[in-house]
Amino acid sequence: MQEEFNEIFLKYHEIITLGVYGTAIGLMLIGLYAILTKKNLVKIVIGLSIFDAGIHLLFVGIGYVKGGTAPIFSPGYENAGNRMVDPVPQALVLTAIVIGFAVTAVALSLVIRLYKHHNTAKIDQIKSLKW
Amino acid sequence: MKKVLVIILLVIIGYFLAETFINIPFGENRIGDINLEKPTAAGYYLSNTTEKSKVANVITAIVVNYRGLDTLGEVTVLFLATTGIASILYRRKEEEENAETERLSLPSSNIVRSGARVLFPTIALLGIYVFIHGHLTPGGGFQGGTIVATGFLLMLISYKGFNTNHNRMVWIESLAGLSFIFLGIWGLISDNTFLGNIPEVGKLNSLISGGLIPLIYIAVGFKVAVELTGILDILLKIKPKK
Repeated sequence: MQEEFNEIFLKYHEIITLGVYGTAIGLMLIGLYAILTKKNLVKIVIGLSIFDAGIHLLFVGIGYVKGGTAPIFSPGYENAGNRMVDPVPQALVLTAIVIGFAVTAVALSLVIRLYKHHNTAKIDQIKSLKW
Repeated sequence: MKKVLVIILLVIIGYFLAETFINIPFGENRIGDINLEKPTAAGYYLSNTTEKSKVANVITAIVVNYRGLDTLGEVTVLFLATTGIASILYRRKEEEENAETERLSLPSSNIVRSGARVLFPTIALLGIYVFIHGHLTPGGGFQGGTIVATGFLLMLISYKGFNTNHNRMVWIESLAGLSFIFLGIWGLISDNTFLGNIPEVGKLNSLISGGLIPLIYIAVGFKVAVELTGILDILLKIKPKK
């Protein structure tokens, strides 16, 4: 099973690399596109979340080790320390997800406040923002 | 016109990002041998958690023990987010009197309400299981707390009369936050470092193991569950302007 996996991994190594990094960078660009072009504030917050997801995928992807297991010493894996994936990016992403959640929640509450004040969530219709 | 400019900008950013990351080979082992005299940071964590902290889940050990102060800051950020949302959406008493005080929710059908009542204890139990077993299995305080909060979300959107007891929530949150700090001071007294660990009790891969780490994660789980429920409660109480 493990050898088979390694064989496939070596054979399609470039495609897998391109797939993981491509997906991560693609998600980041999609998020940035939404932030830069969309008028609706809710869609901008969704763009921020997509951007976050891309960064998390990039982090976890960099920490992957070929044929590695999850960094948990559960029964049967007590001596598997040398073939585990990198735990540091995963711990970092765990923090980043929570902070991303807090940012999204505060941003959405600001959007609600703006909507109540101006009766619209579209930034080009909020006149007081123009200068 | 603006869209074309944005797409050109994105192509430039994407090109430089891709050029940077294509040189980092995917799946390469950058940890090195973990039994060396001086391993890398990841190698140190992997080789020391089972012996020093007696925790099976290395990520839990990093989040709660090696970077425990960081996690305390993270919990503070969540608390600040809850407080911030409450103060951003705060309404004065006069406004409150004109609007109806009950929560905005669509009338849910009998099937949804019965299903929610059956599912809620199960979801809460799963969440509590996840944060109690944070040092043995994937998951932990933040994940388990979020699962418990989804159970509360189900109840909040299916029952109009379901109200969270605000006083009790404040008490649970404060006690969880204080116990995090007191566990840290306990570590300071016995291990000479704030949030230091006392791993003598129990053996690897049993429920009672890892010293202070599971206790801290249980406190974090309660705190996250209560805070997320508070955020959902505040956001669901908003009324659109008439």
